[in-house]
Amino acid sequence: METQDNEKQEYNITVYTENQIGLLNRIAIIFTRRKINIDSLNTSPSEIESIHRFNIVITESEEVVRKLTRQIEKQVEVLKVYYHTNADVIWQELALYKVSTDVIAEKVSVERLLRENGARVVVLRKDYTVFETTGHREETDNLISILQPYGLIEFVRSARVAIIKDSDGFNSKLREFERLEPGEDVVENEYLNKGQKVFTM
Amino acid sequence: MEIAQQEVLVPAAKAQAVKLSGSEALLEALIVEGVDTIFGYPGGAIMPIYDALYDYNDKLNHILVRHEQGGIHAGQGYARTSGKVGVVFATSGPGATNLVTGLADAQIDSTPLVCITGQVFAHLLGTDAFQETDVINITTPVTKWNYQVTDATEIPEVLAKAFYIAKSGRPGPVLIDITKNAQIQKFDFEGYVKCNHIRSYRPKPIVRPQYIQQAAELINQAKKPFIIWGQGVILGSAEQEFKAFVEKSGIPAAWTVLGAGAIPTDHPLNVGMLGMHGNYGPNVLTNECDVLIAIGMRFDDRVTGRLDKYAKQAKVVHLDIDPAEIDKNVKSTVPVWGDCKETLPLLTALVEEKQHTEWLAKFNDYTRQEVEQVIEKELNPTTDEMTMGEVIKQLNEITKGEAVIVTDVGQHQMVACRYAQFNNTRSNVTSGGLGTMGFALPAAIGAKFGAQHRTVVAIIGDGGFQMTCQELGTIMQSGVDVKIIILNNRFLGMVRQWQELFNERRYSFVDIQSPDFVALAAAYRIPGKVIDDRKDLPSALNQMLTNKGSFLLEVMVTKENNVFPMVPQGCSVSEIRLK
Repeated sequence: METQDNEKQEYNITVYTENQIGLLNRIAIIFTRRKINIDSLNTSPSEIESIHRFNIVITESEEVVRKLTRQIEKQVEVLKVYYHTNADVIWQELALYKVSTDVIAEKVSVERLLRENGARVVVLRKDYTVFETTGHREETDNLISILQPYGLIEFVRSARVAIIKDSDGFNSKLREFERLEPGEDVVENEYLNKGQKVFTM
Repeated sequence: MEIAQQEVLVPAAKAQAVKLSGSEALLEALIVEGVDTIFGYPGGAIMPIYDALYDYNDKLNHILVRHEQGGIHAGQGYARTSGKVGVVFATSGPGATNLVTGLADAQIDSTPLVCITGQVFAHLLGTDAFQETDVINITTPVTKWNYQVTDATEIPEVLAKAFYIAKSGRPGPVLIDITKNAQIQKFDFEGYVKCNHIRSYRPKPIVRPQYIQQAAELINQAKKPFIIWGQGVILGSAEQEFKAFVEKSGIPAAWTVLGAGAIPTDHPLNVGMLGMHGNYGPNVLTNECDVLIAIGMRFDDRVTGRLDKYAKQAKVVHLDIDPAEIDKNVKSTVPVWGDCKETLPLLTALVEEKQHTEWLAKFNDYTRQEVEQVIEKELNPTTDEMTMGEVIKQLNEITKGEAVIVTDVGQHQMVACRYAQFNNTRSNVTSGGLGTMGFALPAAIGAKFGAQHRTVVAIIGDGGFQMTCQELGTIMQSGVDVKIIILNNRFLGMVRQWQELFNERRYSFVDIQSPDFVALAAAYRIPGKVIDDRKDLPSALNQMLTNKGSFLLEVMVTKENNVFPMVPQGCSVSEIRLK
């Protein structure tokens, strides 16, 4: 194993599954069995009818992540699993902030706050206001620290959703799955076309 | 695994729906799937299925066990000797929880099973009803697939999926939990169609010719190639293809415990057993070969010892049907994905016909050393007390290697696997991955039902026998013919061996007392005998084997004997100890 394989970093695991009761548990225990903490988990219907997409974020070495993805893909109701580093995905998290309308109206330049943090108002009522912002962890965290002094009442953040930069979507892959005779699956073999490297005994 | 043909059961010779209950639909499904034997234990939540079974008595043979754990181990034994799917019935709650050990055992040893559990009425789910447990969540980590049926109309399709998943690809246990209302509910049954495709499920990876070519190139260039094979060869019914590959390539081949018997023990290229208590040569030479060809095995830690000192000098060719096994423990140079029944002939076609005479002689040198230092005194002891090894040797002489040997877990298991002669495949039934004490007696019952024309001998230690000895009742009631040998060393021998070697002989709770096993068997109307003198051994074994029906033979063996060779935990395979 090369050393880079053993460095821990954030990995985004993308899982395409059938919409089946109990599958979340089947996937979760693959992590818990190895005492790996899931940093973030999002599951929702994909663009394809009846197929769900999971986005799972964990901090681990590539070697561990590669083995995990194979264990996940082994599950009967899982169609396909990919893993990517943060550099290979575009991702967002959504956050909601509830503050007292009185305090905000009196003490904060709301317009500037919204502009500088890319936030928007979701609800504006007499007693409270709800802001929303999307972005990376540090961006959503930043607005927390700005609003804390003004009595942030409630805060919630979603799991990460990620788009893979280098992907041509799942539709063509799915057609392969629906054929009775499965098509060729691309598997990385680092030794392909490297005859010399392998065959020097 | 063959792909099932689309089969439609036409009820009552008319292609129109008939009204069946969920239970009847379930039994119809079992018949179409070719099930002949069910191991089970009734209870409240599965009563409708048992009520329907009353009318199917001529088509389905149900064996009433004494404990659900016995039922599932019997299902495993049946699957292992017959190559078919084992079927087990249990009720909800404690019935279902008693299956967990067997499910875990079948999951890790890739045994095809379909377990049907009863469940409380759907409207009671989650209310902590009488005999309700969350079986689906309890069994998720130890099943290949599981599903809860709450409506009778689901039954045909779910059963078809269950059998397909259990036996295709890398086999494994499947559990179907059926609520009582679904068992009772009547619906329009339109026949049963076997399943041969599930969108999200890939039982076999695509075979890639370029990998086969690369593997063949490596093998053809190798000076010291070494084959290690596991149960995958047997599960894939690839024994013939494997033999052809070994014989053409002329490469020495060694086996994992579960791979035993895929080629006969006395085959000239069969160089012995791998792993912690395996043979001397195969372990040492693993760290000397230049190309290691692993077929249908998963590099279990009991085989590899210390991984960072395992076969580091070798290029590794790994043939496996389960992509998750490739590079899991040992990095492969060429991964040959696929069913070895397909990949082996392709590989055989490309490898050159060779004889590795000098290399093979090396294995034989090590064998000679092992015979001198270990095997001779185990098989032909000069002490007064009998050894486990000589019992196996005598058994070989009488059965001529034709018997099915079922073993429990411990010293007797390692001795039996090391010394038993196997002329046929599907003959070594043992709990490999999980190491389940109490496995042998019920598994032997199932093994006999799976291979009725063969002699089935269960070899069990005094500890393991006491874990599931209630299954003597199953033998009594079903009349099954199982030969039982208890190798009694009056200790939990394997733990005692470790305590002797690694814990300064601090024998902590391994001194186990036993009842009078022969009297216990007699209580179940099973004849038996106990011997502690070597001269009685051949006649006692003959008496056991010629007895019409089951027989229990208890053999008193040396109290403190150790199984050697041994690769101690945390050591490399080349650090194998002979004493």
